[in-house]
Amino acid sequence: MYDISDIQNIPPFSLGREQKELFLSKHLRDLTLYHYQQCPEYRRILDAWPFDVNVDVSYKNLPFLPVRLFKEYELKSVDEQYVVKQMNSSGTTGQQVSKIFLDKETATNQTKILTKIVSDFIGSKRLPMIILDTRAVLKDRNLFSARGAGILGYSIFGSDKIYALDEEMCIDFESLDAFLEKHSGEDIFLFGFTFMVWQHFYKELVKSRKLLDLSKGILIHGGGWKKLVDEAVDNTTFKARLKDVCNLTKIYNFYGMVEQVGTIYMECEFGHLHAPIFSDVIIRNPKDFSEVNIGEEGLIEVVSILPKSYPGHALLTEDSGIILGEDNCPCGRKGRYFSVTGRIKSAEIRGCSDTYATKY
Amino acid sequence: MIPMQPNIDTLDLLIPRDTHLEFFYQARPIGPYDTTIIDFLDAWSKRLLAHPECRVYPDVVTFAFWIRKGNIRRFRQEFFQKHTESIRLGRGIVFHIAPSNVPINFAYSLVIGLLAGNANIVKIPSKAFPQVDILCSVLEDVLQNAEWNALKGLLVLVKYGRTKKDWTDWFSSFCDVRVVWGGDQTIEDVLKSPIPPRSFDICFADRYSICVINSDELVQEPDMHAVARGFYNDTYLLDQNACTAPHLVVWLGNKKNITIAKARFWDAVNEITNKEYNLIAVAAVEKLMVFCREAISDSTVIREPVEDNTIIRMNLTELPNNLTSVRGMGGYFNEYEASCIDEIAQIVTRKFQTLSYYGINKQEIQQFILNHRLVGIDRCVPIGKTLDFDVVWDGWDLVITMSRMVTIL
Repeated sequence: MYDISDIQNIPPFSLGREQKELFLSKHLRDLTLYHYQQCPEYRRILDAWPFDVNVDVSYKNLPFLPVRLFKEYELKSVDEQYVVKQMNSSGTTGQQVSKIFLDKETATNQTKILTKIVSDFIGSKRLPMIILDTRAVLKDRNLFSARGAGILGYSIFGSDKIYALDEEMCIDFESLDAFLEKHSGEDIFLFGFTFMVWQHFYKELVKSRKLLDLSKGILIHGGGWKKLVDEAVDNTTFKARLKDVCNLTKIYNFYGMVEQVGTIYMECEFGHLHAPIFSDVIIRNPKDFSEVNIGEEGLIEVVSILPKSYPGHALLTEDSGIILGEDNCPCGRKGRYFSVTGRIKSAEIRGCSDTYATKY
Repeated sequence: MIPMQPNIDTLDLLIPRDTHLEFFYQARPIGPYDTTIIDFLDAWSKRLLAHPECRVYPDVVTFAFWIRKGNIRRFRQEFFQKHTESIRLGRGIVFHIAPSNVPINFAYSLVIGLLAGNANIVKIPSKAFPQVDILCSVLEDVLQNAEWNALKGLLVLVKYGRTKKDWTDWFSSFCDVRVVWGGDQTIEDVLKSPIPPRSFDICFADRYSICVINSDELVQEPDMHAVARGFYNDTYLLDQNACTAPHLVVWLGNKKNITIAKARFWDAVNEITNKEYNLIAVAAVEKLMVFCREAISDSTVIREPVEDNTIIRMNLTELPNNLTSVRGMGGYFNEYEASCIDEIAQIVTRKFQTLSYYGINKQEIQQFILNHRLVGIDRCVPIGKTLDFDVVWDGWDLVITMSRMVTIL
């Protein structure tokens, strides 16, 4: 198994296809074997697959778990006593949430790798930071929601920090104005969840008719477009509208999930999501789970070398996406770049049981 | 005491439109297999088959054929042969609640209610289906004809959302029989609305079905494609989500024949699914989920290596008791090689509905059911016939159950 200190200094977008293939295959095979030995449920799944953990295969041919499995089972590859953090996906009331168990090592590695990836976009210098959310999210520190974890994770990039929303989810203009005054002329780092930014920042700002100059701002946001799709807001609209109301021009979306915190996929200046060397996306054909060609749509599998305390290193998501290219994005970053095209739909599943109708 | 009728404007649909719902509770029954009803159904059938879009939907065609005079007369004849001495009338008013995700079910339920001699209130699926639109619009057309005026007081179709419990409350308050199709959850919800003390429910809950194949016979089958076609229709046609669709395939016979039979059978099924079955992404992911669940709960199960996700086969080395909780969809099968049919008896619960078979004679099946005093398995049909609707369903003779016997000494 790798030592994080050996790999964290490899620049995150530096390996070409062949090198990355070797790098990921080695570490992901090691993890597969490790989880096979450590997690009884994972072991049973691989036995039934059936998959021989001792064979050398490319990371693209390793078994993957459906991401929803973490909502039904508490999958761990460490003893309970070493769990330092439990992270839950944010779900609406009544929905099942993912439960992810972190030990000290995995939690630390997540932070280190996240830092490496984000620094590639905003630089390694800490900046004054505006969190486009409310402090209330962090109240219960024991129960880490995806939102809380995200905010804490990204807070390491901030020097002086402020929350843009008060506990009632209203924009705190007074504090914001003072903050911007204090840091005038400096670059400002903004962070938030896509839906929160749209619903509670953008919309409120429009309503208030107040002027806010964020021309020196760099916004990083993620968390999914599901709710915005209903309002017909896509990435382009999102960017254009924010520019309109507060002159914010540097806006980067990211794709990531609570099941693989740390290895996020950041959007570059050309609007492409990029896979760093620590992780990758594989687009699979639902019909046979084979990998589709560049440019073809399919189910997104995400692999990451970070999950060690739980068997989440290879996960089949319920998102669909397209690989746009590899090693040749005009931004200069190596590795695959892709776009997320949506979430698979339950469509019309026929049958007399109502089980499936209510599940989706 | 009948509660107040909810506001009519909150109904999404009412057929026929001029129905006076407020008087519906006064409807009176007629006798079973009334000739007017049979003629009316035949008229409905003819108009359905003449509908330009009908042929696109095999389930609509099957239904249209099922309600033809020839077919219904056969049931009528059987009925009056069996029940010669009694006087019967429908029970009165039957309130049918169709499942939200099967388009055609409500129509069969309605037909049975009519054949038993009842006035019928049918809650049609709240989800939109082209099949439902065809059935309803043709029905409305047919009812326009003055010839069927007598039918007007005997049937009404309504549509309203899941959340409008006041309608369910109201219809329940005066029905004589309530028929609830659909999953366990729907049933639980509906049962919260009280019915009069002498009324009763017929509930069709979630069921589990299996298929038993005698390999010694199957290896001699000259037309494997026909067997595979039958199995395909039993399963993939409704995404293996109908309660009649088998989820467990039990192989009988000697080991050598089982191996040969399995290979030839699945090849033939694969040939059809390749051409005709479109596995949607949700189903592919769901099958992977079910696979993981099953692997976690049963440490002996192994997946048969497969080329693609369309046919997932899980080899069982023993029959676990919780098999019915492992329910895949869109082509997910557990397989078990048994030395004889009796081995299955230990896992049969009340949840078991249809046993489809190949190469086994009726006596054998009869012996199996009676000898083991089974609490489940309501119907045994040859492969390919699981979706055929019958007036006997889930162990109920529906026409008998929905009618009232009057004795005169």
